[in-house]
Amino acid sequence: MLRFVVRRLALMVPVLLGLSILLFVWVRSLPGEPARSMLGQRATPEAIERINKLYGFDDPILQQYFTYVGRLIRGDFGESTRNGDPVVTTFLDQFPATIELAVAALLFAIVLGVPLGYWAGRRVGGWLDNLIVSTSLLGVVTPVFFLAILLKLVFAEWLDWFPTSRRQDARIEATHLTNFYVLDGLLTREWDAAWDAIVHLILPGIALGTIPLAIIVRITRAAVADVTGEDYVRTAYSKGLDPAIIRNRHVMRNALLPVVTTIGLQTGLLLSGAVLTESVFEIGGIGRYLFEAISQRDYPVLQAYILFIALIFSLVNLLVDVSYGVIDPRVRVS
Amino acid sequence: MSDEIIFGAGRDSSVAKSRDLSTEALLTVRDLRVEFGKKGQRTTTAVDEVSFEVRRGEHLGIVGESGSGKSVTSLAVMRLLPASGVRVSGHIDFDGEDLLAASEKRMREVRGRDIAMIFQDPMTSLNPVVTIGTQISEVVRSHRDVTKSEAHERSVELLEKVAIPDAVRRMKEYPHQLSGGMRQRVLIAIALANEPRLLIADEPTTALDVTIQAQILEILKLVVADTGTALIMITHDLGVVAGLCDSVHVMYQGRVVESAHRRLLFAQPRHPYTRGLLSSVPRLDTPRGRPLTPIPGSPTDVLPWAEGCAFVPRCGNRIDTCSAGPPPLAPVDGRTLRCYNPVTAEQNENPQQNLAAGTGEATSR
Amino acid sequence: MTTAPQMIGPGDPMLAVDAERGASLWQGAWRRLRRNPVAIMGALLVLAFVLVAVFAGLLAPYAPDSRQWSDEVTLTSVPGPREGNLLGVDRYGSDLYSQLLYGARQSLIIGVVSTLLGLLVGALLGVLAGGLGAKVDMFVMRIVDILLSIPSLLLAVSIVAVLGQNRYAVMIAIASAQVPVFARLLRGTMLSQAKSDYVLAATSLGLRRRTIVMGHVLPNSVGPTIVQATLNLSTAVIEVAALSFLGLGESDPAAAEWGRMLVAAQDRFASSPQLALWPGLAIAVSALGFTLLGEAMREALDPKGRR
Repeated sequence: MLRFVVRRLALMVPVLLGLSILLFVWVRSLPGEPARSMLGQRATPEAIERINKLYGFDDPILQQYFTYVGRLIRGDFGESTRNGDPVVTTFLDQFPATIELAVAALLFAIVLGVPLGYWAGRRVGGWLDNLIVSTSLLGVVTPVFFLAILLKLVFAEWLDWFPTSRRQDARIEATHLTNFYVLDGLLTREWDAAWDAIVHLILPGIALGTIPLAIIVRITRAAVADVTGEDYVRTAYSKGLDPAIIRNRHVMRNALLPVVTTIGLQTGLLLSGAVLTESVFEIGGIGRYLFEAISQRDYPVLQAYILFIALIFSLVNLLVDVSYGVIDPRVRVS
Repeated sequence: MSDEIIFGAGRDSSVAKSRDLSTEALLTVRDLRVEFGKKGQRTTTAVDEVSFEVRRGEHLGIVGESGSGKSVTSLAVMRLLPASGVRVSGHIDFDGEDLLAASEKRMREVRGRDIAMIFQDPMTSLNPVVTIGTQISEVVRSHRDVTKSEAHERSVELLEKVAIPDAVRRMKEYPHQLSGGMRQRVLIAIALANEPRLLIADEPTTALDVTIQAQILEILKLVVADTGTALIMITHDLGVVAGLCDSVHVMYQGRVVESAHRRLLFAQPRHPYTRGLLSSVPRLDTPRGRPLTPIPGSPTDVLPWAEGCAFVPRCGNRIDTCSAGPPPLAPVDGRTLRCYNPVTAEQNENPQQNLAAGTGEATSR
Repeated sequence: MTTAPQMIGPGDPMLAVDAERGASLWQGAWRRLRRNPVAIMGALLVLAFVLVAVFAGLLAPYAPDSRQWSDEVTLTSVPGPREGNLLGVDRYGSDLYSQLLYGARQSLIIGVVSTLLGLLVGALLGVLAGGLGAKVDMFVMRIVDILLSIPSLLLAVSIVAVLGQNRYAVMIAIASAQVPVFARLLRGTMLSQAKSDYVLAATSLGLRRRTIVMGHVLPNSVGPTIVQATLNLSTAVIEVAALSFLGLGESDPAAAEWGRMLVAAQDRFASSPQLALWPGLAIAVSALGFTLLGEAMREALDPKGRR
């Protein structure tokens, strides 16, 4: 197992390396002179010269790349060109918001999706199954941003059941240790702050989590339907086992394998969706910041953020693969 | 025709004598009918008018080809058929209890404890992600009030009983680490864990190599004799039946066509189908160059039972009455038989003679 | 005289029927599709979508950005459905219905082209990876991994940033997110078929590798590829809208696009929800059509004939 993990981590290196090269190339291929685009309105010849010197935009490409890599290794990802803040700091500041949102969405999707998928899978062809399948289909095809707008406007603005934006009510004085607002509230025992943070996560979580929910329902349903027809489930019944044991040990442990893989694949969807959801609900996470960075050509931010995101991705995929090995003993040998 | 010559080593008669064959019936199946059908589709009758009895300690064989309904019969006894799309009617009595009327909760008590079953394909009959040990001890703990370690001990004991070497180590292994023969032995161990009174073995050796088949049958024989469990052996292989069973029921297209004691059946089969099965087995003492004598036609050449005898298209003994209506099951010549024109003793004298005078009218499209 | 023999037992009746008539996988699939109400519905939706897109010019009563009723638009209200405007008017004074129809054209064109592009490039990569040995495989799959390590939307956004805001950039952007999917698919089918018996047989007959791949392996991969392409079209339609929503789509204001309609509708939602509802619904329904069709095809082509 350890060897497996190490090997996978080693494989991540060339991928990230390739990505860093790609990003390097990408930034320099964005239209317009980098310095001019970064300065925008404030572009004067002296300013441009200064920027070029600072970022080495006039140096030969290879040298630029080595400077870039050199700084990367030292953990220096540069500063935002818009506000001069170190990129790493802003990332660490905003990252928890996105993670909280993603976790909320994923929790919603799994806690609701797996049981629904299970019920549907056990009653293939029944009315409950058909209902669940149709609804999940709708979930898959509804664009995240459409759903986000819809939810926000119906439940937040019309019905006023939920807050419309941000992560916390400004009137609550909350201490932020980790920037995971819910966690902070729990750690500092400011229960009202924690609760408030949770309430703020509900609508965006549902909006972001609906597509993963639909996908999880469908995959679980298919997996459960398949597994239920397997010979070893028949053996389990012939043993006269308690239905709960059959469900947990024999059906679910096998059906969850494809579900786990899917959850791993959802990370991409979650991050993409986060960009859109964060915009609609005005949550200050990396998605929104990244988007702003793109429209304003904030290259250091872009390079770093995309690299970080790719790293997270790869780690999540690794986690999924490892858990696969934990659940399915047949995989462990390889 | 004696079974010893056809099938090699015969039944160990010493084992037969040591068993106490009580005359009381343990399992009585009467007029069992199983119909499959989805909403809006025609119903298929997989099993009809099936009746048999198994006494304590008795070994009963059910013989037939694929599609004869033999597996469905056993699944019906265990109440393992799907709940929807299936209708089971008739009477199944186990030790005084009506199994068809029993609640699902009650059936859970019966399964794995009073009646156990082993299935055909050992490669897929074990849960791939759970250890062997757990799969055995769960059936023990499910029916008995024992501690985890007691169940573990019992499981090791069972593995040793089915001759699996290094049993303690095997407990922690997973099914994919075991060979097919070993997996089937594990399944046998699981089935006999709670010393059931009846064991149903549905083609337990079909999916295994021939050499392993013999091993598994030996283990099965020993273990069943040891616990005094009654056995229903379902198979298409007459050789298996010859070495193991007391009485034999031959099924064709969902109905029992002949039931007799083993010796009688093999020595003097009366149903043309049985006769065909027996004579289609290659014999060691046949002169070289003699062609094999299979049953002509194929299982799809069938007359529905409602119209007559299902075997008509392939039967060499057919007469007009056979196509007029289904033959009833009747006691004939020391056995039960469903045939209007049984095979005669003279016909049995010429084992190589092909019963059918040609393939007959193929009545399928 | 007799009825068809019943294959007794809980086996799959469809397999028996196919075996009887010696149907090929495709014929069997077609038959199953024809009878499947879900497939028919999906096909109808897709057909409707395509027809609307192609004939938008004929079907739409007005130009999508005519803005002819802009004087009737106030800060708080927008003319609703009425005589002459089937669905009402949008916030700029143009006919909503016409915009919806023309929007289909954008989505269709961009969706189809980007999916095809993704398919071609991805399939090429996949075939190379699967058919040329382990070293090529590792190299190609690392490239795919890199592409996969960035969320598709970010990838699309990055590409549009480089190539500018025009429809070609959008197509390439969306295609790039689809490349890994097809690459994985083709590679998977190549590898699994490489081990199959018929390939072994063909090789032992002395057939050249290329012949085997072109003549045997690829045709077998067509099925899953078509299914995947159909499903990806559904995603593409949504992604086109998503990019527009983020302001990165086609910049030409004359080209109506559902995503852009949604952006414009956001701040008017409370007073005039129909501005957002119609384009949102259009996106969902088109995507639904492709999804239904794709899923139905997948089930129909599944050789095991399971549910």
